[in-house]
Amino acid sequence: MSNFETIIGLEVHVELKTKTKAFCGCANEFGAPPNTHTCPICLGHPGVLPRLNRQAVDYAIKAALALNCDISRVTKFDRKNYFYPDNPKAYQISQFDQPIGRNGYIEIEVDGKKKRIGVHRLHLEEDAAKLNHLEDGSGSLVDFNRVGTPLIEIVSEADMRTPQEAYAYLDKLRAIMQYIGVSDVKMEEGSLRCDANISIRPYGQKEFGTKTELKNLNSLTFVEKGIAFEEKRQERILLSGGEVEQQTRRYNDATKTTTLMRGKEGSDDYRYFPEPDIIKLKIDQGWIDRIHAEIPELPDARQKRYVDELGLPAYDAMVLTQTKTMSDFFESTIAEGADAKLSANWLMGDISAYLNSKYKTIDEVPLTPQALAKLVQLIEKGTISSKIAKKVFKTLIEKGGDPEKIVREKGLIQISDEATLHGLIDPILAANKQSMIDYKNGKDRAMGFLVGQVMKQSHGKANPTAVNKIIREEIEKL
Amino acid sequence: MVSRISEEQVKYVANLARLSFDDEEIKKFTTQLGDIIGFAEQLNELDTEGVEPTTHVLDMYNVMRDDVVEPSLPREEALKNAPVQEDGQVKVPQIMEAD
Repeated sequence: MSNFETIIGLEVHVELKTKTKAFCGCANEFGAPPNTHTCPICLGHPGVLPRLNRQAVDYAIKAALALNCDISRVTKFDRKNYFYPDNPKAYQISQFDQPIGRNGYIEIEVDGKKKRIGVHRLHLEEDAAKLNHLEDGSGSLVDFNRVGTPLIEIVSEADMRTPQEAYAYLDKLRAIMQYIGVSDVKMEEGSLRCDANISIRPYGQKEFGTKTELKNLNSLTFVEKGIAFEEKRQERILLSGGEVEQQTRRYNDATKTTTLMRGKEGSDDYRYFPEPDIIKLKIDQGWIDRIHAEIPELPDARQKRYVDELGLPAYDAMVLTQTKTMSDFFESTIAEGADAKLSANWLMGDISAYLNSKYKTIDEVPLTPQALAKLVQLIEKGTISSKIAKKVFKTLIEKGGDPEKIVREKGLIQISDEATLHGLIDPILAANKQSMIDYKNGKDRAMGFLVGQVMKQSHGKANPTAVNKIIREEIEKL
Repeated sequence: MVSRISEEQVKYVANLARLSFDDEEIKKFTTQLGDIIGFAEQLNELDTEGVEPTTHVLDMYNVMRDDVVEPSLPREEALKNAPVQEDGQVKVPQIMEAD
């Protein structure tokens, strides 16, 4: 057990999925050919006038409300000055002392324990250009498509104590942003980015220790692993009598370690001042109410409803609500009349396994909620066995189609009729008398063997429960 | 008149702006920037007690545009002023922070 307590705060950037950039009409589109979405405004030419995108402000307010923030009634933009090739204006339009949202929180759950993580502030700003570093070290190539696209920066309170809590916070934040539809929140495409501040202190000490800032945390797992490495690194330093230095460090997944990017002396001086080109915003109650009405049911509320109203186990409810696409699929499936728990089992079991193996999301496969609902109902009614269901499922998720039609056309209907089953079972019993005697003498395994033979003979179509019953009756007669 | 800023401050600001000057220039700018600040300091003579900081001279709020795509520049046009280009991008010296 460690003698130190870890203090973690996360700084998260979320790219807003507006149609255009924050301050000009250039398209906000990921993956376009380099430098095809630029204009004099986002390229920072002299004498241009940025014009604020209303949708970006709406999304920022929506995100702030979904994170339980107080909304600033008057807010403004500021210039954050720095020189770097990703930033042609030499300043970023951001918000300094009047962020759109303040004092929010996110509810997380780790190992069954609920905890509230504070959201210190949320503000609207513009993204920088993308720098592509050339491998031969001869320079970097700048693609200005991304410069000026709207971002929200969400700064947490230093409320997290373990890498797992940081993971849970980021995961929940991602889910909320996805539910409210303000961002794609894809870490692999950079529409969700995370930096972590970490320090440790001996238990009982009031003051925070010196923190390091961790960058390059490009996936949820990296966030957890990077923080876990960093807390151990700081602990080793303190235990050997050293002092943690204020640094910015980069997580390297190849080595699972963090390496120094820059020390304190390289820390920034942004010389913020009010942006004279953008007029102040007044956000009145009417505006807030209008945005509030657009916020759909959020993951926590859905989770609670799945437990309270659908009777799902808490774990199922948590897994199903992790992404909006999965949760929406589940809702559509049960709306078609399928049993909630059986549908949940399919989604969390075979469907998730398939999606994970193919790196796909549920909206990217041919399976529809209607088809899943019918499949679940066919099993419930006993029309097909669960073994046959797996075969039908494979067709549905790979090629799509109607389960009833597939079952009919392929002749997969389960055999439950006693006379037909006797036709299958009797010859097998006649050929395996010894197994019947073995079962009677207490060898339970013999039953499995006999049922297996019948299933094999029927190509999986025999109703196993009915087969079991008939074989028992025949053994009784011995 | 005493200079209101030091040579150190001028060097610091120059570094933030990624500019490099020789000693003579530093001396000159220290004097000039000092004069400019001195001029601006006249504002300190005004009593601004209870006056909200002015961030904009127009008494207006909420000037925004709709989220509608407008044409961007053709790439050749956008890159016209970039001295070095490669693959439709602007080539700059590598400025990677230590890894």
